[in-house]
Amino acid sequence: MRRFRLTLRQRDNVYGYIFILPFVIGFMLFVLAPVIQSIILSITEVTITSTGFETTYIGFENYYFALRVHADFLRQLVEVMGIMLLNVFWILVFSFFAALLLNQKFPGRLIFRIIFFLPVVMASGVILQLEIQDYMMAIIGEQVVENYSFVDFQVLATFLMRLQVPDKFMEYIARAVDGIANIINASGIQILIFLAGLQSIPPSLYEASQVEGATGWENFWLITLPMVSPLILTNIIYTIIDFFISTSNSLIQLIRNTTTQGAGFGVSAAMSWIYFAAICVVLGIVYLIFNRLVFYHE
Amino acid sequence: MAKATAYISYGKLIVNGKSVLNFRRVGSWIGSVLRYLILIGISYVILYPLVVKFSSSIMTRTDIWDPSVLIIPKYPSLNNYKLAVRFMEYPLAFWNSFKLAFSVSTLQLISCTLVGYGFARYRFFGNGFWFALVIFSLVIPPELILIPLYLNFRFFDFFGILPEGGFNLLGTAWPFVLPALTASGFRNGLYIYIMRQIFRGAPKELEEAAYVDGAGPFRTFFNVVLPGSIHGLVVVFLFSFVWMWNDFNLTSFYWPKGKLLPIMLNDLARNVLGDQYLHAPVEASLVNNAGSFLIILPLLLLYAFLQRYFVESIERTGLVG
Repeated sequence: MRRFRLTLRQRDNVYGYIFILPFVIGFMLFVLAPVIQSIILSITEVTITSTGFETTYIGFENYYFALRVHADFLRQLVEVMGIMLLNVFWILVFSFFAALLLNQKFPGRLIFRIIFFLPVVMASGVILQLEIQDYMMAIIGEQVVENYSFVDFQVLATFLMRLQVPDKFMEYIARAVDGIANIINASGIQILIFLAGLQSIPPSLYEASQVEGATGWENFWLITLPMVSPLILTNIIYTIIDFFISTSNSLIQLIRNTTTQGAGFGVSAAMSWIYFAAICVVLGIVYLIFNRLVFYHE
Repeated sequence: MAKATAYISYGKLIVNGKSVLNFRRVGSWIGSVLRYLILIGISYVILYPLVVKFSSSIMTRTDIWDPSVLIIPKYPSLNNYKLAVRFMEYPLAFWNSFKLAFSVSTLQLISCTLVGYGFARYRFFGNGFWFALVIFSLVIPPELILIPLYLNFRFFDFFGILPEGGFNLLGTAWPFVLPALTASGFRNGLYIYIMRQIFRGAPKELEEAAYVDGAGPFRTFFNVVLPGSIHGLVVVFLFSFVWMWNDFNLTSFYWPKGKLLPIMLNDLARNVLGDQYLHAPVEASLVNNAGSFLIILPLLLLYAFLQRYFVESIERTGLVG
């Protein structure tokens, strides 16, 4: 009996590693090696020669340059963090709301689902980049916001000013209203994940609560929300990562420009590491805060 | 004459013994009207730019400056498309982009599926550790490893195995194919994660039955497991294809001279209008819109074909562990 168990484990080990072998090789070659190289690059000065590239060790000078000398980097880093917080909040609220709507049964549901996932297919790459500079799109952007914020923003602004709402808060709302189209277009995958979560809630829970006479409101707070709460965490983390690594992010562009035309490989590698450290800190804080609130069914 | 009576009972307004108004029904009616309003509003925000993009791509200069023209141009013309097709070298760029996106996404699909299955079904030593590394590879900003990867592909010597100086792989498809083959390309961590969740959610009994009948792990995988997870495979393939097809970030880095659609689109306005293109935003916009539409169109067709899998699959992907 004991021998059988041992061979089963060996079998698991052998086949497990055979199946994940591509990733093991790929991780070594295309993730781990570059990561180590990028650490080395960040503490050296790189010169390209005809047969390869040469590095000379200069310590933490690149980091010093990025943080203290470079005019834009630190300011943009802080700015990107701020925009990120705003975006993540609204994307989550919107995608959860949209998933709730799309999960209900009503005629035409399929069509709306197709439309809602459309941005996943369209929004990316060069098209997005062109739209940023595009003349027509600039006009459309204004029209969409004008037509499709539920309140006229001018009216809202005066109203809030009368209430003596702090300027910061006003600015926050103004940006949120401005970004409605962006938020909607960035929410495709999050909606997909939430929808999957909503559909995995066992119907028996709702049946039981119906027998007990619970209202829809109570169902939402006591069943739906706790059951999808692990996905809220997943989605927050996905959204943060998605935002941090998206190419429309101004900091990523700054890092890239530094590589090709600015202070060179070393500084840009140092910037990437500072940026990565910042991401890790944000993810860590988010994880610590939200993991306490998450309810795990198991 | 009897006095008229009106009272409310069980959520119904009852007048003279007859139920006139059912509040619950009215409530659900209002709810569904609201729902459609919101859904249509959001759909509008998503579709409007697409419609405008299309309509402006068939406009001419006169239509743009005509204040009475909003969506439907008075003088529709295919001139912008003709320009875009010619200057993007569309048939060639389309074929190149298709070859690249199809091969890369197929390879990613194969490698990520295998890896995902390994993580889901085998309790090998270090399973958790390696899966943490999958997540790690997903979290690191691409910019962080882009430069070393660039240098490695410029002087590709397999990290010392090949002769001094190595090969220059830039300007070929290899910088995309090699990571795809080894499940470590762009966002491959996400695909591994999705496939793992799908396989974990799938019932084990079929596989056990296959083992009992004498099939080996690989035969089981290809003949029993894969056919059962076709929906998940389609989702991963679609993601992967779309991201590779649209990708400008990596292609402009590894293959800036490549005749690929995103690169050709990026240079389109400059090629059509010459160096003055920044001073002619309207003309640039017209031709760019036509060009973008030419890139999106195949994706829309693909999505239309696969949406059944895509939208239904949510129910089955078990994206949720």
